[in-house]
Amino acid sequence: MDNDFITGKLKTRFIDDILLVDESSDMLTVVVPGKVIHEVIRFLKENESLGFTFLTTLCGIHYPDQELQLGVVYHLHCFSSNTHIRIKTFLPLENPLISTISDLFSAANWMERETYDFFGIIFEGHPNLKRILNVEYLDYFPMRKEYPLEDPTREDKDDSFFGR
Amino acid sequence: MSVDRYTTLNLGPTHPATHGIFQNVLTLDGERIIDTEQTIGYIHRAFEKIAERRPFYQITTLTDRMNYCSSPINNIGWQMAVEKLLGVKTSKRVDYMRLILMELARITDHLICNSVIGVDSGALTGFVYVFQEREKVYEIYELLCGARLTTNIGRIGGFERDFSPEVIKKIYEFLDHLPKVLKQFEKLLLRNRIFMDRTINVGAISAERAMNYGFSGPNLRAAGVDYDVRVTCPYSSYDDFDFTIPIGSQGDTYDRFCVRQEEVWQSLKLIRNALDNLPEGKYFVDVPEFYLPPKEKVYDNMEALIWHFKIVMGEIGAPVGEIYHSVEAANGELGFYLVSDGGRTPYRLHFRRPCFIYYQALPEMIRGGVLSDAILTMSSMNVIAGELDG
Repeated sequence: MDNDFITGKLKTRFIDDILLVDESSDMLTVVVPGKVIHEVIRFLKENESLGFTFLTTLCGIHYPDQELQLGVVYHLHCFSSNTHIRIKTFLPLENPLISTISDLFSAANWMERETYDFFGIIFEGHPNLKRILNVEYLDYFPMRKEYPLEDPTREDKDDSFFGR
Repeated sequence: MSVDRYTTLNLGPTHPATHGIFQNVLTLDGERIIDTEQTIGYIHRAFEKIAERRPFYQITTLTDRMNYCSSPINNIGWQMAVEKLLGVKTSKRVDYMRLILMELARITDHLICNSVIGVDSGALTGFVYVFQEREKVYEIYELLCGARLTTNIGRIGGFERDFSPEVIKKIYEFLDHLPKVLKQFEKLLLRNRIFMDRTINVGAISAERAMNYGFSGPNLRAAGVDYDVRVTCPYSSYDDFDFTIPIGSQGDTYDRFCVRQEEVWQSLKLIRNALDNLPEGKYFVDVPEFYLPPKEKVYDNMEALIWHFKIVMGEIGAPVGEIYHSVEAANGELGFYLVSDGGRTPYRLHFRRPCFIYYQALPEMIRGGVLSDAILTMSSMNVIAGELDG
């Protein structure tokens, strides 16, 4: 199953919703709008000629300079043809809503909770969307880029000598 | 049936039978489990956030602390992910050395997991026997890198030093001695009536559910799916070797035990094959931007001094790109999703931690069973707290 076959299949079904197809990285990368993500993943999973039945990862990413700042990245794996695919979708920082895929993959349950925990992406329809690794009373989303790793009030460390 | 007849029991966060810090709030009907709610994150250390500020070589030490029962696999998996981003191809000698170390780590991990299943079913003796053998592997690590548990072994591009004759001798000794202990261990448990009664049909999961839950590694293979990253996406010259992937059929605790046990035998075979055919050559490849120059040269060669300084300070940017690299860790598919914007650190690094993904299936696996079986199911899943919490 080559990339052209997969993109062809996706394009026949979601002609208007394929924003970008990128083959420059290590696997086929398709960017779709957030509103169709559930449909796209279900199509990839349930279409007999595709059969991406294994959810490898699901994680968030934050690009503060983009208009749609928050991203969700899905890696799917088809065992029968040993093909990987990466699906990306981008959401606005205010009200980042996306539908859950935990009804398709039970594995997505905790992965989505983790993504919510660290990026604040809200997965609609998730059965139990609450923080998983951080404490419940945390009032920010720590993996967003605006939260520095080190205490910004520290004065004893100066990285400017190293061009940072 | 009124709700009043159920008992709520806190199993954990610190419970001697859970081998790590995680909490299960069980709802019990007598001794039977109705439901459980899991709480994790007690040792979360924000590795993904820390990694966004660290140069690539310093992230190896973070990976140590994920699955600390087999840290060389994590270390080498990460180094291979960086090499994939850099487009570096390692030599056969590096590949074989890595393979040997990763398989040694797999053996220690499986030995711990399987012997702990024994402990939790009441057989402490086997545990003591195989721990003696694990110690020997740790001595090999110690000779190679100076550390035992959190090894930080290898470098981007290869190894910091070659296998010395003593290391090779120690590995051969280990290969000769382990089978005897392993046979004794199997004699103790494999066809033991009590052990079989305690583990067969306990904590079973079907192949379909296991796939849906994102299982990987021995847990998925015990359910009957022959997925192994070493075969599907070979790395580190695994495709040079002939080995068998054991699979189970029931997906229960006993199958998981047997799959791991057979994998140890396969690993022994792999290590002997690789060591017998260890190619000549250098133990590192030429990546001056990331592999430290020899220390003698740093003192009298200007370029070496510059590289040394730049590498240690982490001043060198990686190419722009985005990769996913996975290795078959001892408990499943350990993946690294690495996004680089050309800077000195990853822009985003996500670890696919296998036990974080499969541990969520525990409620489904133990529902309807008794409490003592839940403990066995949990230990047979090989949940490592460090990896779970990331």
